[in-house]
Amino acid sequence: MNILSLFVLVPVLTIVAIVFTKNMKQTRLVSAIGMGIQLVLAAVLIFMYLSERNAGNTATMLFMYDAVWFPTLNIHYTIGVDGISVAMIGLTAIVVFAGVFASWMVEYLSREFFISLILLSSGVFGFFISLDLFTMFLFYEIAVIPMYLLIGIWGSGPKEYSAMKLTLMLMAGSALIMVGLLGIYFNSAPDGGPLNWNLMDISKITIPIEMQRFLFPFTFIGFGILGALFPFHTWSPDGHASAPTAVSMLHAGVLMKLGGYGAFRVAIFLMPEAAHEQAWIFIILTAISVVYGAFGAIWQKDLKYINAYSSVSHCGLVLFAVLMMNETALNGAIIQMISHGLMTALFFALIGMIYGRTHTRMVNEMGGLMKIIPFLGVAWVIGGLASLGLPGLSGFVAEMTVFIGAFQHTDVFHRVVTILAASSIVVTAVYILRVVGMLLFGPIKNEHFLHLEDAKWYERFSTITLIVSIAAIGLAPLWLSDMIGFSLGPIVQKLTGLPFASLF
Amino acid sequence: MTDYSYTILIPLVPLAVFLFIGLTGHKMKPIVSGLIGTAGLAFGAILAYITAISYFWGGHEGAGYASIKAFEIPWLHVTKNLTISLGSLIDPISVMMLVVITTVSLMVHIYSLGYMKGEKGFHRFFAFLSLFSFSMLGLVLATNIFQMYIFWELVGVSSFLLIGFYYEKPSAVAASKKAFIVTRFADLGFLIGILMLSFNTQTFDFQTLVSQTGPAISQPGGAAFMGLSVLTWSLIFIFMGGAGKSAMFPLHIWLPDAMEGPTPVSALIHAATMVVAGVYLVARLFPVYALGAPDALTVVAWVGGISSLFAAVIACTQTDIKRVLAYSTMSQIGYMMLALGVSGYGGHDGLGFMAANFHLFTHAMFKALLFLGAGAVIHAVHNNDMSGMGGLRKYLPWTHATFLIACITIAGIPPLSGFFSKDEILVAAFHHNPVLFYIEYAVAGLTAFYMFRLYYSIFWGKETHYHHTPHEAPLVMIIPLLILAFGSIFAGFLPFEELVTSDGLPFELHTEWAIAIPSVLIALVGITVATIMYRKVTAIPDKIAGSVSHLYKWSYHKFYMDEVYLFVTKKIIFRFISRPIAWFDRHVVDGTMNGIAGVTQFASFNIRNLQSGKVQQYAYVFITGALVLVFIFVFLW
Repeated sequence: MNILSLFVLVPVLTIVAIVFTKNMKQTRLVSAIGMGIQLVLAAVLIFMYLSERNAGNTATMLFMYDAVWFPTLNIHYTIGVDGISVAMIGLTAIVVFAGVFASWMVEYLSREFFISLILLSSGVFGFFISLDLFTMFLFYEIAVIPMYLLIGIWGSGPKEYSAMKLTLMLMAGSALIMVGLLGIYFNSAPDGGPLNWNLMDISKITIPIEMQRFLFPFTFIGFGILGALFPFHTWSPDGHASAPTAVSMLHAGVLMKLGGYGAFRVAIFLMPEAAHEQAWIFIILTAISVVYGAFGAIWQKDLKYINAYSSVSHCGLVLFAVLMMNETALNGAIIQMISHGLMTALFFALIGMIYGRTHTRMVNEMGGLMKIIPFLGVAWVIGGLASLGLPGLSGFVAEMTVFIGAFQHTDVFHRVVTILAASSIVVTAVYILRVVGMLLFGPIKNEHFLHLEDAKWYERFSTITLIVSIAAIGLAPLWLSDMIGFSLGPIVQKLTGLPFASLF
Repeated sequence: MTDYSYTILIPLVPLAVFLFIGLTGHKMKPIVSGLIGTAGLAFGAILAYITAISYFWGGHEGAGYASIKAFEIPWLHVTKNLTISLGSLIDPISVMMLVVITTVSLMVHIYSLGYMKGEKGFHRFFAFLSLFSFSMLGLVLATNIFQMYIFWELVGVSSFLLIGFYYEKPSAVAASKKAFIVTRFADLGFLIGILMLSFNTQTFDFQTLVSQTGPAISQPGGAAFMGLSVLTWSLIFIFMGGAGKSAMFPLHIWLPDAMEGPTPVSALIHAATMVVAGVYLVARLFPVYALGAPDALTVVAWVGGISSLFAAVIACTQTDIKRVLAYSTMSQIGYMMLALGVSGYGGHDGLGFMAANFHLFTHAMFKALLFLGAGAVIHAVHNNDMSGMGGLRKYLPWTHATFLIACITIAGIPPLSGFFSKDEILVAAFHHNPVLFYIEYAVAGLTAFYMFRLYYSIFWGKETHYHHTPHEAPLVMIIPLLILAFGSIFAGFLPFEELVTSDGLPFELHTEWAIAIPSVLIALVGITVATIMYRKVTAIPDKIAGSVSHLYKWSYHKFYMDEVYLFVTKKIIFRFISRPIAWFDRHVVDGTMNGIAGVTQFASFNIRNLQSGKVQQYAYVFITGALVLVFIFVFLW
């Protein structure tokens, strides 16, 4: 059996096992074991991938497998991974694993909760391994739909409104993607021959430029909505604020990365000519996202809103880097996805843990928590430092790679937007330190907080998993960056030499 | 050639100590964590001395001191040409800095064993001190500019953690935040400078950058923007980072507030080591500045000169003893920047370069001594404000003696070390720019005045009645004072013109008495004025303050720089940028989305009447339609 198919199979088997569990304890144990296996599997995959590469295997995609499952429309189950998808799979496995432990205490309908959560993750894994556009889209939908239930049932606050808003906006994105993918499909054989959905095959031909001009915005915006592209990001603050802890973690940590990954793998890779022509529009939008999200975060009081706006800023940087379309910037984009995935998951986990104790998410109602719950406090500071790009943690590596990459373009337009995007590092420091100061430092404002308990073992487990991953990337980024860089080679080859259209 | 690869251990040992104390410190006795931290630093200091002795006096091949890349590993491949590496670079200035940092850090560690005794976060304090030492040592050993940026950020965060050490105190939290954000803003300039420089030279490596045949110096490029070349602009941006860290005007506002941290931290970070990182940065890239972009160097000189005067004026009116010292630090670093700015490259032209490093070295000794002495005073009277002090010389004899030595040193009285290093700076300024030279003369007088104002207010002046009789600090705090006092007295005799020069070659140094004698006289005038005004309680200070009331008021309020910054941050960023964005997002962007949803709902609500399922309604519509058609066919056709 192909190792990649296991990534879809293990979650499905876990779901089946959960169906037969009797109570919450069994359910969470089964989920933890299932996702633990998944994490080990991801580690094995990374190891296998690297040893194949070391052995001199230079094929673009490794561990390929192909089977037809709908011959009429030539739809295949084609799977395979390169360094980029391997990295994303690793991220997903870590976040899902940490997410299970962060929802250790979900009592209400726990079985259904874990089933939805793991179903969602199976969609994400499927998305990252597929090379067939239709299958990819199918997994994409599997990942998006359970979100509605998870927020609508287990959420808090105006959860129906938020769930509806999030789902409808993402569905609008799906509709745009669908148009884009169908357009690509019908242009997949310009010289005659059977139409097909295969990503790698389509990448070898050139889609007619008129069609590209029409299809690129559909595909890019469609994926961009999930990647919180300004001005289609407003689902994110409301959705995250209402979602339960693990769902926020998964959503911001992994699901939003589907947007960045799709925008890069499908929109830019398959339609590079149109991408270069239209890039300036989207570069402006993403630069706005980066700065605007950061400024937006300063004024918020609800921890989840702060983190949601921070995500808008960080994910904006992903799309910004993707649009720079050179090897360094793209490498930075992927690392930024991973880095943001880990640290935002950490933040949402911590917000959930703090909210579970204080029953408020308003920073102005808290203060001095460092003294009462030092473990969570220190974890928060580490997450904050990662978010503001402290060397030694993952955010720094990602941001610096992005900025250096973006700076390789010599024209004034790219220089200006790069400096604008780079200025977000200051604004980020402002909102991160503001929250740290209000939440953790200073005198204790509410005496009810004096008796709060510090993190439980499962909370520590979840937090430490994420922190270790963040630090590991931050301290030794070379292997990750090289793994991604190797796979970017063929993609960048397709992108180089094309002229940028520009506003100036 | 000697193998210096062991130097990498000098930063790595404090890192290991940091991780060890950070993870297990809460389980051990406080004093154990302190001793582990101190032992780690002592190890580093010994290695640093071995390095210094074998590098400077161990015999070297050829003329002068070479720059040796002792250790390097790749950390990240960024582009085809650009690789970020981590390693250690050994050359005169980095070896000198190793000695300075490990010495002062070790003194501060020992001192803190006494000063911080009984504090709640004792092990946390030592963990952070080790983290800082690691970062600072990594910074000075950097082989490339990106490694420097990495450690630059790390020292920033260590400083943030240590300023905010008393995190339950809102003023400390605010100060730590301010320090971090202001320096971060400066670091943005540093980053942009690195991006520009590395893009144009395709290298991060210091040895390549400063090489005279390297891409930076041999092809500086023509005028690009506002008459200055790209290289000049990138160096100005890089200097912005240095100015932020070194608290140069107008990015200095974080430094006085940073005094909220424990006093040993102020001595280590905000006097002797981290704040001179900006000087070190310019010194590190000095050949590029001097040979490739003299215009950028002029900027450095003026920023340094203005800062030194500005800070000296403010220091004359402050009453918090740590703030006086903070402004004094800013003023002295201004001297060093100025010295670099007026320096040329090579031989005797590089006098300013040598003087800047010399002054950095002596300043580290006497300023650390001043801060630690101030700490001993604060320890004794539990108060920072000099208006509540006086007559302490009777209670604190050792502190008094060492503090006096430091005051004489900083005032520039021979033969103490401050005289020598300051004199070289004045000579260098004299030959380059007379305006700056006279500014520095004035600053020399002001320095002597405010230091002795401070000295008399603490140890002489009025006989204050104290609640508890002040007691001399314990031995563990006195010993570092004595060692640093020894350094302050004798550091001036080190032959810096043979050791640390711009091109690595020794040159002949002559004392220019025509400049040295007036400078000593000016200092003596400053001391005399301070003696008259503050040795005994008199009405003179108030009278003078009244006669120049405007200047006094502006100086007392630090020229209202804090108010300007508060206006920018609170009013402009929070109220006029962030708040409107939040509103815009909620009501315009999200409002549009909700509007679309609302219109859809409204439309569907109305359209659904078409399919109501009521047969009589269908029949009614059907018949009406049929009648209309009949009417049309019959009458209109």
